[in-house]
Amino acid sequence: MTLAVARMPAVSRGGNNIRLLDTDTIRKDFPLLSRKVRGKPLTYLDNAATSQKPQAVINKITEFYQQYNANVHRAIYAIGEQATLEYESAREKVARFINAWDTNSVVFTKGTTESINLVAYSWGRHNLGPGDEILITEMEHHSNIIPWQLAARATGATLRYIPIRQNGTLTLDDPGEYFTDKTKLVALIHQSNVFGTINPVREIARLAKDVNALVLVDAAQSVPHSPVDVRALGCDFLAFSGHKMLGPSGVGVLCARPELLAAMEPFMGGGEMINSVTMEESTWNEPPWKFEAGTPNIAQAIGLGAAIDYLETISIDAIEEHERALTQYALDTLSAIPEVTIYGSEVNRGGLVSFNVENVHPHDLAQILDQKGIAIRAGHHCAQPIMQKLDVPATARASFYLYNTPAEIDVLCDGIMESINFLT
Amino acid sequence: MSYDSFKGDLRDLYQELILDHNQNPHNFREIEGANHKSEGFNPLCGDRMTAYINIDADVIEDISFLGTGCAISKASASIMTTILKGKTVKEAREIFKKFHRMVTTGDADIQDLGKLAALAGVHKFPARVKCATLAWHTVKNSLDGISVVATTE
Repeated sequence: MTLAVARMPAVSRGGNNIRLLDTDTIRKDFPLLSRKVRGKPLTYLDNAATSQKPQAVINKITEFYQQYNANVHRAIYAIGEQATLEYESAREKVARFINAWDTNSVVFTKGTTESINLVAYSWGRHNLGPGDEILITEMEHHSNIIPWQLAARATGATLRYIPIRQNGTLTLDDPGEYFTDKTKLVALIHQSNVFGTINPVREIARLAKDVNALVLVDAAQSVPHSPVDVRALGCDFLAFSGHKMLGPSGVGVLCARPELLAAMEPFMGGGEMINSVTMEESTWNEPPWKFEAGTPNIAQAIGLGAAIDYLETISIDAIEEHERALTQYALDTLSAIPEVTIYGSEVNRGGLVSFNVENVHPHDLAQILDQKGIAIRAGHHCAQPIMQKLDVPATARASFYLYNTPAEIDVLCDGIMESINFLT
Repeated sequence: MSYDSFKGDLRDLYQELILDHNQNPHNFREIEGANHKSEGFNPLCGDRMTAYINIDADVIEDISFLGTGCAISKASASIMTTILKGKTVKEAREIFKKFHRMVTTGDADIQDLGKLAALAGVHKFPARVKCATLAWHTVKNSLDGISVVATTE
């Protein structure tokens, strides 16, 4: 693996000496980034949807299949033991990366969506009832809305929403209105996948604790881009996905307080999650395996471990700083185009920008940019309630990661100008 | 199929006629008291469309639409209204079949389809087929007497 720790000074803004990562070196680690698309160099700006993979992750997955592909926790032979060791070592890396309560508080799932559904079923179905309230926000991804709509319907609980302002920030002026004795769970997105807003999770967790409610954090957009300490956040459940943080698709994490995992009912039944089984009844394995029924996503979990190794080599703090600089550059350059409307707050935002271009539908924009090798997202971003709030059918979104450069943002802005000329 | 072999050119998709209809859509209005009205929704992009139709003795006397959409869906709706006005319901169904074949396979009898042929390039952009057909699905629901929101899914 190429070491990409060298960092070079970049633009200096407002007296702050912002430093960018050494992207020339980093980009060599990502084979896909060197391919051409439609005859042009690929400008990949859809990292909030999924991230590209470094060679080290691809190699690790190949190594598993070539050298120790076996099932975990059951094989009495060398390669099975090696597979188990690597799989559990990936769990340790995840636990360390987010400062989990302990290694066994990390459950491997197939992604953020499954992690949230796991809580909605295993905790929600057994702890919610009529009169209880689930509190979420108006800026949630569908994956943190639908599981609670289903849980509310199944248990008779009520689903409530903390409203947002037009600029994509939460209104918390009157917390007593939303955080009450009826509130049993507060579930919210850490960093908005539409606005980029970084929500005040610690403050919300304190409000939740005051009324004895549990807190679930959808960290799909925060864990890949900034240092996240699950215990410092004050939450009870944290969910995120491997594929958005340089890992493979098909693996995600639910990190939960050990005493909650111990008390919760299983999510799915099958092999691995049991202790003893008779024809009449069964007892459950200890957490986290109680929640990992069937053969787990072994290669994917091991790949996620390699992704964390890579992120730590670069430093997650440096990645956060790099993205902050890129985002500021994007906000500055995009806002210089008169036809562009940018959504979201100017402060407390992560590495993405949602916007619209006057008289250019986001789908047409994405199509025209694609011809220039630029990949952005156009659509409702699995957050239709936000689109209703903004009164737009869709937005365009550019989202950044450690390998993106200011030059790529220039390419995006040129593409937007050309799209305007082409369509209007 | 390697995506490198994908040769769709932007001008195949955005022909002049389409850009014109996008900027100045025809029949972009409500028909007050229309005897058929239906709504369409593309869940992929959030586009919504309402179609208004007056059918008299099985003939489409007037047809219009309102809504938000990309250039492809707006131009497709606009051209559709100009083509369907004056046609019988049976003729409209036949045209939709041919149009659908054209935008999904590229197979088209240009003479039959007239200005709709400007949308033939859509078949090279599979992700945009739903944009081109939203208005048609919406109108078909009206013709079928279905009052639910048409979706492209």
